[in-house]
Amino acid sequence: MNDIQILDAVERYINGEMNADERLHFENLRKTNSELDQLVVEHTLFLQQMNRFGERKNFRSALNEVHTTLSEEGKIDAAKLKTTSKVIYLWNRYKRVAAIAASIAGVTAIVFSALVNTFSPKTDTAKLDLLDKKIEVLDNKTTAQGNELKNVKSRFTAPKEPIVYTTGGTGFIIDAKGYLVTNAHVVEGAKNIAVQNNKGEYLAKVVFTDVEKDIAILKIEDDSFKPFTTIPYSVSKSSASLAEPIFTLGYPRNEIVYGQGYLSSKTGFNGDTLSCQIEISANHGNSGSPILNKNGEIIGILNARQNSTEGFVFAIQGKHIYKVLDNLKKTDTAFQRVKLTSKSSIAGMDRTKQVEKLEDYVFMVKVNN
Amino acid sequence: MKPETNEKALLEGLAKNDKKAVEAIYQENYNMVQSLIINNNGSSDDAKDIFQEAMIVLYEKVRSGTFELNCQIKTYVYSVCRRLWLKRLQQQNRYSAPLGDTESVVAVEEEIDGHEQRNAEFEMMEKAINSLGEPCKSLLEAYYIQKQNMQVIAASFGYTNSDNAKNQKYKCLMRLKKIFFTHYKNGNGDE
Repeated sequence: MNDIQILDAVERYINGEMNADERLHFENLRKTNSELDQLVVEHTLFLQQMNRFGERKNFRSALNEVHTTLSEEGKIDAAKLKTTSKVIYLWNRYKRVAAIAASIAGVTAIVFSALVNTFSPKTDTAKLDLLDKKIEVLDNKTTAQGNELKNVKSRFTAPKEPIVYTTGGTGFIIDAKGYLVTNAHVVEGAKNIAVQNNKGEYLAKVVFTDVEKDIAILKIEDDSFKPFTTIPYSVSKSSASLAEPIFTLGYPRNEIVYGQGYLSSKTGFNGDTLSCQIEISANHGNSGSPILNKNGEIIGILNARQNSTEGFVFAIQGKHIYKVLDNLKKTDTAFQRVKLTSKSSIAGMDRTKQVEKLEDYVFMVKVNN
Repeated sequence: MKPETNEKALLEGLAKNDKKAVEAIYQENYNMVQSLIINNNGSSDDAKDIFQEAMIVLYEKVRSGTFELNCQIKTYVYSVCRRLWLKRLQQQNRYSAPLGDTESVVAVEEEIDGHEQRNAEFEMMEKAINSLGEPCKSLLEAYYIQKQNMQVIAASFGYTNSDNAKNQKYKCLMRLKKIFFTHYKNGNGDE
């Protein structure tokens, strides 16, 4: 007998599949052969384990099957409870923690309020009442004052008619922050000053006047004014030459007007060395217009005084602007940063381009006095 | 039918793995166990686990033929589940107050201990069989668990005759026994 056959026999013996004769023979063999006996015992145990294993496995799958059927048929609550059970589970699991946390928080709150109560300074309720009353009185006063102010304001603003500007002239920017130069006589005795270019109208005020040189410096003080970034022209320090072609931009009327001519004399009226004589068509409103040479340098300020001799036009020499500025800086340090452009950026351009660039920097100065 | 005889019939059915009996017992007791577990820090999956474990305890008890029902199935199942769940909570270090209704509980300590022993053996066998690999695993399962005869097995596994299948089965069996008994002796030695 080989091993396979032996095992086969053992299994049949254990399972009781042998007939009586066979069984007797096998039992005799077992008694004499201890190895066989050992094998039978061992294999019995093994088969027992195997059987149990199989049974339990089958039963388990049967249980799972039953569980699925029953919960599908709604005979047990398994499926239904799936979601709520999670909540109950979490609640049960953490309720103790939550309770502890809550009680700690509660105790802390009570302790803190007790501490605050004991250590905070006691306030006198009578005093508080008094304070309350005082505040009330103050409040009433403030309201009353507010009303008063409103009244006053309305009285003042009610007759707000548009300011009528009676006289005017021309001015031009010398500093990008909003400083302009014009003639002093233009702004003489001015109550309100407004300057206007093709972009809009801005309020301005006089920061300096030099009546002798007839130069005034204005500053635009208006919220809507946006400072320039650069200025395209410069102011010439040297005197111009005779017969040098010049041009100007000004506001003899409500529109900007271009004019051109030449320098006819290096001195002004009655040999006035401050100014020079120019040949250019000018009007009263041209007062304060810049006089530029072909390089875009300002050589003077047009100065069409009413009392000047008919037919002659004079201009204040450009270098005097520097002088006036120096005086201004001396009197008030707030103007230290006012600076003239030293180099013209429109030199070499043709005239129309130059004028185009200049236009924004030349303002109509409107005065109400 | 009196409730007692009814219960006896159910247990007899259970011993034979009769589906109707299993379903009846399942339906009768499952909700009770589930609410016990859920109200004591468990999920519905835990409930299913524990309940089926208890069903196995009951099943193996009635299979062994030594089971004398001296209380209602309900009480027995409840007691077993309660005990199993307590044990599991302790294993997971989750504190639990004495759970459920302690009055309607019967002593099941011995059953649970025996059940744990059988659990260990079951796992040993499962491990051993799973470590065999195919076709040994299926071959042995077909013969020893599904109790198919050698001719059928030879045909379904593609052996030319039943002797070859038997030969193969023998080899597989020797391997399985070797693995199983190594674990078995080690496992028993530990205790």
